[in-house]
Amino acid sequence: MYWRAVKGIGWPRQKTGESVLSMKLLSMHDAVARFVPDGCSLAIEGFTAFICFAAGHEIIRQRRRDLTLIRMTPDLIYDQMIAAGVARKLVFSYLGNPGVGSLHAIRRAVEKSIPQPLELEEYSHYGMVGRYIAGANRMPFFPLRSYVGTDLPDVNPAIRFIEDPYGTGPIAVVPPLNPDVAIIHAQRADADGNTQLWGLTGMQKEVAFAAGKVIVVVEEIVPEEVIRGDPNRTLIPGLIVDAVVHEPLGAHPSYVQGYYDRDNEAYLEWDRISQDLAATEDWLQEWVYAVPDRTAYIEKLDPGVMVRLSPGEALATPVNYGRYA
Amino acid sequence: MPDQAYTPAEMMIVVAARKLAGVRTVFVGVGMPNIACNLARRTVAPNLELIYESGVYGAQPARLPLSIGDPTLVSGATSVVSMADLFGLYLQRGLVQVALLGGAQIDRYGNLNTTVIGDYAHPRTRLPGSGGACEIAINAQQLFMIMRLKRRAFVEKLDFVTSPGHLGDANRRAAFGLPGAGPSLVITDKAVLDFANSEREMQVAELYPQVTLAEVQAETGWPLRAAANLVATSAPTAAELECIRHELDPMGLYRN
Repeated sequence: MYWRAVKGIGWPRQKTGESVLSMKLLSMHDAVARFVPDGCSLAIEGFTAFICFAAGHEIIRQRRRDLTLIRMTPDLIYDQMIAAGVARKLVFSYLGNPGVGSLHAIRRAVEKSIPQPLELEEYSHYGMVGRYIAGANRMPFFPLRSYVGTDLPDVNPAIRFIEDPYGTGPIAVVPPLNPDVAIIHAQRADADGNTQLWGLTGMQKEVAFAAGKVIVVVEEIVPEEVIRGDPNRTLIPGLIVDAVVHEPLGAHPSYVQGYYDRDNEAYLEWDRISQDLAATEDWLQEWVYAVPDRTAYIEKLDPGVMVRLSPGEALATPVNYGRYA
Repeated sequence: MPDQAYTPAEMMIVVAARKLAGVRTVFVGVGMPNIACNLARRTVAPNLELIYESGVYGAQPARLPLSIGDPTLVSGATSVVSMADLFGLYLQRGLVQVALLGGAQIDRYGNLNTTVIGDYAHPRTRLPGSGGACEIAINAQQLFMIMRLKRRAFVEKLDFVTSPGHLGDANRRAAFGLPGAGPSLVITDKAVLDFANSEREMQVAELYPQVTLAEVQAETGWPLRAAANLVATSAPTAAELECIRHELDPMGLYRN
């Protein structure tokens, strides 16, 4: 079992077999300290899957302030970060606890300015995806068939309509989005940050190419040969990666395809906790501030949790790339 | 066949599944819509391909998915693609025949609000927002709305238009160049409503067993029209209920 394997070898951070040491391999603490300054715009992406809670919690612990948080689905991680007071603005397209209900801390910030006011900039999903595509391609806007007849352009002046120069009429456009920093969680990378991800690839490739700095956080560091053995699976090249963090189970209570399932009980529990301000603060104290790092967080979890979340095996048939030597 | 007790949610699931007869591609949400689509695939639409905005085409979930990003949708799917491809190549390309949507408020033209109750800047209730609903409502070939009939939801005027239905008259979608045909059905816990009139205004099309037109009107915030040939919806069959209760939602998360 994956979780047992991780525990059994004593959290071998940066144990990369025979691979060379890389300047990019950092602890989560150091990656956040170096690349996530106060006031920056930050996208921790991943649609339900691959949400890097380990990074979010470290940002809370380092008491970052005035961040512009960017995520299509803010999810629990931004609810927790906003409850902790790290953000002044949120850019998003769906503000819910997926499959559960509301994000209560964000609603408290929006409806009652607790712990502080939160500026919202909202799009639809395809609008956010389009913003990342334009940002990644360094283009001035992205055209899409959306927003017609709705009130969204009235509350977000960045959503506009232009005339198709080829004569088909008006078309909605959204501007590029280039976060200062993107944090992407994935199954594996080599020490240079060549990152392989399977499952819901979502918008991670686009946001990585759009961002100024990229931190990848992975379950496993693998030798370069593993990456080169299956190049179609490489979503993000090391070329655009600034830091590689080896953080097994770093996405809990979100999930990593084939490694662990989503902890739906934690999502339901947060729904209860987050409705109460004092309970929310107690939770942050117990599970974030009082916990030095992800290793301690996982050790604090009931061991039964990760056993329960083990997904079993469904292996793909290997493919032949051919030798061509 | 003797009458069998069933919940309003089960009736909604069964009706939605029946309406998917013969459909090939459906854009799915979680909860009742998901169960309805899986019921349809086992009954009236065996070739139905389930499409999720998370980037999954042809999902065959082995368990009840608890979110639209559930990993059970990935394992065993026909294809898993980026969201750029899902919204561009599948939805905007026009490959989605039916999309199932819901919302906090709906008006007589099938326009939906999932953004705020009250004023946008100072909302009484901040709702989730669009997600993919706005572009789904514009690009899917047709829309089925699935919502419980409640006066606070079926309103004269939306607090915010998140996703366009028929907008305000029969020709508005075409005039605005919207590719999809818009809402065709609203499946509730008391009745099925459609837009089969020249104004594209919501009207009662089918009444469920033991439901009267007056009860439907009582939960609707505008004077409702009724179709000339009002249909009586048949109750769920034993086979439909069996499939929902024992295969699709054994824990009873969404059917109660």
